Amino acid sequence: MPDAALRLRNLRKEYKDVVAVNGLDLEVAYGECFGLLGPNGAGKTTTIEICEGLTAPDSGDVELLGLRWSTGAPELRQRLGIQLQETQLSEKLTVLETIRLFRSFFRKGPAPDEVIALVQLDEKRNSRVGALSGGQKQRLAMACALVGDPDFLFLDEPTTGLDPQARRQLWDLIERFKESGRTILITTHYMDEAERLCDRVAIMDHGRIIALGTPRELIASIGIEHMVVFSAGSAGHPLDVSALTRIEGVREVRPENGAVRMQVTELHRAVPALIEELGRQAVPLTELRTHSATLEDVFVALTGRRLRDE
Amino acid sequence: MSEHPLAQLTLVRFREFVREPEAIFWVFIFPILLAAGLGIAFRNRPPDVLKIGTLTPEFAQSLRREKLLDVQVLSGAEGTAALRNGKIALLVTPATGGVVVYNYDNTNPDARSARMLAEDAIENGAGRKNPVGSRDRILREPGSRYIDFLVPGLLGMNLMGSAIWGLGFAIVDARRKKLIKRLVATPMPRHYYLLSFVLSRLVLLAVEVAAVLGFGWFVFGVPVRGAIADLALLCVLASLSFSSLGLLIASRAQTIEAASGIMNCVMMPMWIVSGVFFSAQRFPDAVQPVIKALPLTAIIDALRANMLQGAGLAQVGPQIGVLAAWLVVCFAVALKLFRWR
Repeated sequence: MPDAALRLRNLRKEYKDVVAVNGLDLEVAYGECFGLLGPNGAGKTTTIEICEGLTAPDSGDVELLGLRWSTGAPELRQRLGIQLQETQLSEKLTVLETIRLFRSFFRKGPAPDEVIALVQLDEKRNSRVGALSGGQKQRLAMACALVGDPDFLFLDEPTTGLDPQARRQLWDLIERFKESGRTILITTHYMDEAERLCDRVAIMDHGRIIALGTPRELIASIGIEHMVVFSAGSAGHPLDVSALTRIEGVREVRPENGAVRMQVTELHRAVPALIEELGRQAVPLTELRTHSATLEDVFVALTGRRLRDE
Repeated sequence: MSEHPLAQLTLVRFREFVREPEAIFWVFIFPILLAAGLGIAFRNRPPDVLKIGTLTPEFAQSLRREKLLDVQVLSGAEGTAALRNGKIALLVTPATGGVVVYNYDNTNPDARSARMLAEDAIENGAGRKNPVGSRDRILREPGSRYIDFLVPGLLGMNLMGSAIWGLGFAIVDARRKKLIKRLVATPMPRHYYLLSFVLSRLVLLAVEVAAVLGFGWFVFGVPVRGAIADLALLCVLASLSFSSLGLLIASRAQTIEAASGIMNCVMMPMWIVSGVFFSAQRFPDAVQPVIKALPLTAIIDALRANMLQGAGLAQVGPQIGVLAAWLVVCFAVALKLFRWR
């Protein structure tokens, strides 16, 4: 058994006017849930579709489950579960008919009814696909990826456009698959999704990997542990921001939309010191929030941009 | 039911088809409505009675012996006016010396018929004896009426339309929805996908052909004089040819609009020149080789030869050749061009 479930070497893919994947190297271990993160247009989908054998790279090498697309395609197709971004399954078929169709392509796998139960669509088994909600459709797409009892699951933005409850249901599903010890490659631009599901993540930008590690490692790597956001003062009685930078453990103070963002290392020291400083300046505090640094902050720190420029 | 992928794919084709009410209308009901409408419009009526006019009661008396003429006695001015505005096809007037003058437009077939009938009536009324005896035997045989000409034409048109629309729209729609790409990401053998369209087409074909021919036979008595097996074989071959043409049309198109544009460009000329509603012979000789090379002309000619003249397969060899050539060439090119994503 090869040591890595997926190994990409110097992958390159160029389209007419853009280099989608620019010399990418990556290894995903067996049993790992690996996340590809990045903004739209970073090359995530191109990368995952090259791995899935749907797009041919211009150069570079893909080794998947110890096989290569050039020689092992039929075997690979049997062992992969694939969920594409924005596939619309036939609306006129029922849930059961759709699953039976996909099940018929695979040598082995659970019975259609088992898969339907797994994704909790039992009540909808005889409903037309056209009558399903967005979350139900996405779970059906997931079921189509799971019918072949895959060793490796590819998920391309599985929760984009879903409401929070539907996202959580899908996450549960992914976590259950993960617990069975099989490998997952997931792309997303939701940082919370990556932090919750992924053992390791790679942050992509302009076709390259700009950071790689566990979510915790990446967050630690930028040296920000916590973020304190507050609003204080008024036009008549402004806050003296420069005094804040002298507080111990405060790394950066940045005014933002009438509020102030502070990067701090130790919350339990910085917050009391902040309150004390405000008291000294006799400036009233109108809002105070703290949050731990996220992968979103990592992306901002690395690129100076936000993930979703909306 | 079978869990074989080809069986499942073909079942999906059926389900998608029968759950689309519009498709059922266009494939089954429309040709029957068209045949019914045209059959009624061109039904065989008793021979038309021709209206003519004359100026004298004497002529009128002779002319009225001919049952196919409706004779009115008019004044000179009335007669001229009625002839000019087409109320009568012929005006019979006397001239000096006992000569009869037939006033009519010789480019109007009705007027020419009226003249011949009128002349016979006048001459016979004046005591003409025909040197050679004769009598009439009326033939109104199925097989030579317009409806007999029309039903094979409609059948050919239906074979073309359902194959090209059926395949073209389904494939382009699946591509637009990224469903083809999704299927290609499974272990599904790609040729099963294309084959499922052909198989479902052939089953639906049997129903379509039976509907059109059965209707023609029951309602209008349109004959099928050739072997039914030959007819079935021709329909299958034509459907396969049109299916591969449909496949070629759909091989790259990404949107329904693009596909339907191409379909219209391909089908419209054939509807006009291939002899669905009127004989393709009416087009100039120079373009006949091109018209004969079209698949719709080939199948319609072959169907008419089979149904109306009882021709065997050997006699429609050239048409079979044309259809087979379209089948092979279109399928080969479509496979090369097909966009699997």
